[in-house]
Amino acid sequence: MANDDIWILGINMTKFGKHPDKDAVDLGAQAARAALKDGGVTMKDMGVLAAGNLLGAGSFGQQLQKAIGQTGIPVYNVANACATGATALRTVIMAVKAGECDMGLAVGVEKLAGAGLLGGGGVAKSDAKKWEPAGKFGAVGPVDGRIGTNTMPGVFAQVGMEYGHKYGGTSFDLFARISEKNHAHSTLNPLAAYQKQFTVDEIKNDVMIAYPNTRSMCSANCDGGAAAVVVSGERLRSLSGEQQRRAVRIRASVLTSDPWQEACQILPDVNTLTRNAARQAYEQSGVSPDDLDLVELHDCFATAELVHYDNLMLCPEGGAVDFFESGKPRRDGDMPVNVSGGLQSKGHPISATGIANVWEICHHLRGEAGDRQIENAKVGLAHVIGLGSACGVHILERSAL
Amino acid sequence: MTATAIPFVDYLVLDPQPHLVANECTSCGAKFFDHRVACASCESDEFRKVDVATAGEVKAFTIVSLAAPGIPVPFVAAVVDCDGTSVKGNIINTEPDAEHVRLGMKVRLAITSVGFDDDGVEAINYGFEPV
Repeated sequence: MANDDIWILGINMTKFGKHPDKDAVDLGAQAARAALKDGGVTMKDMGVLAAGNLLGAGSFGQQLQKAIGQTGIPVYNVANACATGATALRTVIMAVKAGECDMGLAVGVEKLAGAGLLGGGGVAKSDAKKWEPAGKFGAVGPVDGRIGTNTMPGVFAQVGMEYGHKYGGTSFDLFARISEKNHAHSTLNPLAAYQKQFTVDEIKNDVMIAYPNTRSMCSANCDGGAAAVVVSGERLRSLSGEQQRRAVRIRASVLTSDPWQEACQILPDVNTLTRNAARQAYEQSGVSPDDLDLVELHDCFATAELVHYDNLMLCPEGGAVDFFESGKPRRDGDMPVNVSGGLQSKGHPISATGIANVWEICHHLRGEAGDRQIENAKVGLAHVIGLGSACGVHILERSAL
Repeated sequence: MTATAIPFVDYLVLDPQPHLVANECTSCGAKFFDHRVACASCESDEFRKVDVATAGEVKAFTIVSLAAPGIPVPFVAAVVDCDGTSVKGNIINTEPDAEHVRLGMKVRLAITSVGFDDDGVEAINYGFEPV
């Protein structure tokens, strides 16, 4: 391991689901303590802490320190929508890579069980007694629902439909079958919020949220936390053989935002920044898509998973439907995608997601994934996207030891 | 004489024929429906008002069944390509189902009432209807 390599030393995710007896700090502390223990280190070894919790009060990182150890290190409270966890991880990686410290901790937590519909006007409409233009569009009332939709299921439904318009081959049935795959995968993941297999018909006949996304095709709001300890190659060499064997090398760590595109402010363009992140990650690592043994991608909705097959270059451009139909992204296929169950069944506690999907990859690379182990996995990719937008891509490789 | 109608958003112009107006960057041609300090595409800070085509093609849509309180459901939210300018809007004056709304469908701008305020002024919104 070269001095300037960056590694994951310890990593953990809590069970995703309902945790009524724990607040965000409790969940963060649980994940952080478990990640430190997993890496065989303590807060005294950490040189930096980056923490994300979108729905809580500010200074989440400092509150977390008070629960797990106040050592006076710098804390970065980060927020990047659904890419918040990946942003926390990326922040720690940058600090270690810059040589500011040789070890750091990234934590992401959300309490989201029962949160309901996200993204739209979440309060009752109370149209004014007098029409008064206000806001950036000079609107006399709330625009959500009256000029398109800002709700997340509706936005991502259009993302999938736009792909269908461009390349053809999409249908309600196709999107339901993508969801069926992930729910089937979840039955092997004891940490998933939901471990229930559904038939395609059950998925199609579930409550419609935003066509073509029914309820079971939407990511599950739930509580959860995840944390990772990052270490430099130089420091790792001073640690035990067991720590070196279980460490996972970060071959690429990339965060992008969306460059201007003609329609990006009408419908968020989740494609360009993901393609850019993927391209940079493959360049940084020298890994090609064909080298990947498994992928965890941001299936916040069934319609989103389809476009990211293409954006992450798991298939030729325009070939996402054929890629799915070939069976490759199923866990027994050539390119297993979302063997954790994905956000649709594992759950999506926003700030935890970008670390939890790295945990899933690490779990397989370490050969510790139990019943859902992808045999002999050497290299994997984790992807998240937060609207606004931010995209995180990490390529991970198992230790050669 | 006081106004009897007001556009729901300021980029909708009602007279003489309803149409949308965008702020176009004079340097690169990027269009924005809200005010910008500088162009997100090229950083130029000069804009001019341009009319947006009222005919277009549906390039993405969803049928929203769960929305904020007060919004009638189901409704169709869409992105319409109006001669190269993407516009967000609802598809109106047709049944909100996948038999009546299709990708690639030709549509045109249409107006719809949002209601009256206490002064009797009617707010007029836009949508797109099948041609």
